[in-house]
Amino acid sequence: MAKLKGAIVIDIERCKGCEVCVGACPESVITMAKGVNGKGYHFAEPTGDNCTGCTNCAVVCPDGVITVYRVKVTV
Amino acid sequence: MSETLTRDQIIKPENLVYRRTPLMVDRPLSYCPGCGHGTVHRLIMEIIEELDAQARTVGVAPVGCSVLAYEFLDIDMQQAAHGRAPALATAISRMNPDKYVFTYQGDGDLAAIGTAETIHACNRAENFVIVFINNGIYGMTGGQMAPTTLPGMKASTCPYGRDTAIMGNPLKITELVAQLPGTYFVTRQSVHTPANVRKTKKALRKAFDYSFAKKGLCFVEVVSNCNSGWKMTPVQANQWMVDNMFPFYPLGDIKVPQDAGEKE
Repeated sequence: MAKLKGAIVIDIERCKGCEVCVGACPESVITMAKGVNGKGYHFAEPTGDNCTGCTNCAVVCPDGVITVYRVKVTV
Repeated sequence: MSETLTRDQIIKPENLVYRRTPLMVDRPLSYCPGCGHGTVHRLIMEIIEELDAQARTVGVAPVGCSVLAYEFLDIDMQQAAHGRAPALATAISRMNPDKYVFTYQGDGDLAAIGTAETIHACNRAENFVIVFINNGIYGMTGGQMAPTTLPGMKASTCPYGRDTAIMGNPLKITELVAQLPGTYFVTRQSVHTPANVRKTKKALRKAFDYSFAKKGLCFVEVVSNCNSGWKMTPVQANQWMVDNMFPFYPLGDIKVPQDAGEKE
């Protein structure tokens, strides 16, 4: 059975911490960092390894800071 | 084996499925966190990338928060006087019929000072796309009441809420222009969830295709949030928009082409 594995890369210096991606993620694998970036925003960061690469977070990100990678693996 | 796939093994150029389009200039957007402007900018650029029309597109920026749109969109842009973007776009599209032409306007620009330009451009069936961002407020200047402010909605110039007996009724300009014979495709969308973003992109794509095919004016309203003006967090603002804006400004196609079939 094929399974999708994804990974996201967030440009943390461009992230403004609006948290829209957190609510958009169906797998809840995005959290807000405790630290802040150079502009003082709590940036988003990926967590866990359940990402399926659905691109929801990247599509809804107003600043377009999320890049999504996806591979199909057969189990 | 799948269980041993590490993050570094997934993050490779051949596995890329989504990245910020290179047609967006590589600089931080000037908008507030969570603002819908950035999403709509990116959608327009993605469509132009799909159409391979970077050299054949002219955009007209408005006055308002998106006045600096030409700083972010890597295409030919002009910046119009307040509300006069449809007038400029008329000239551009008539002089350059082989170009994709669009205006990008907010509600204070399009529905207040530019009402005459908007309505006459729509009525003349000019061949360009109007992208209308409606957040119910003058965001750039500090959250004053706009023509699109909802009844009872608070703004800095109506701190007790809009009283329609004194301040008049909100203007549903999208429904208004849909009545005009010159408009070909009129729709209202939003960009607060991934599904809505994808729908908005489809609507924008149709609008660009129709206007390039000289079918008439295409008008795409995007109901957006203004979390700074509404004094909320971005997530709260999106929820407020769903609860309050959408009952008054319902999403969906308002005027669809008669000759485009049932699949609309």
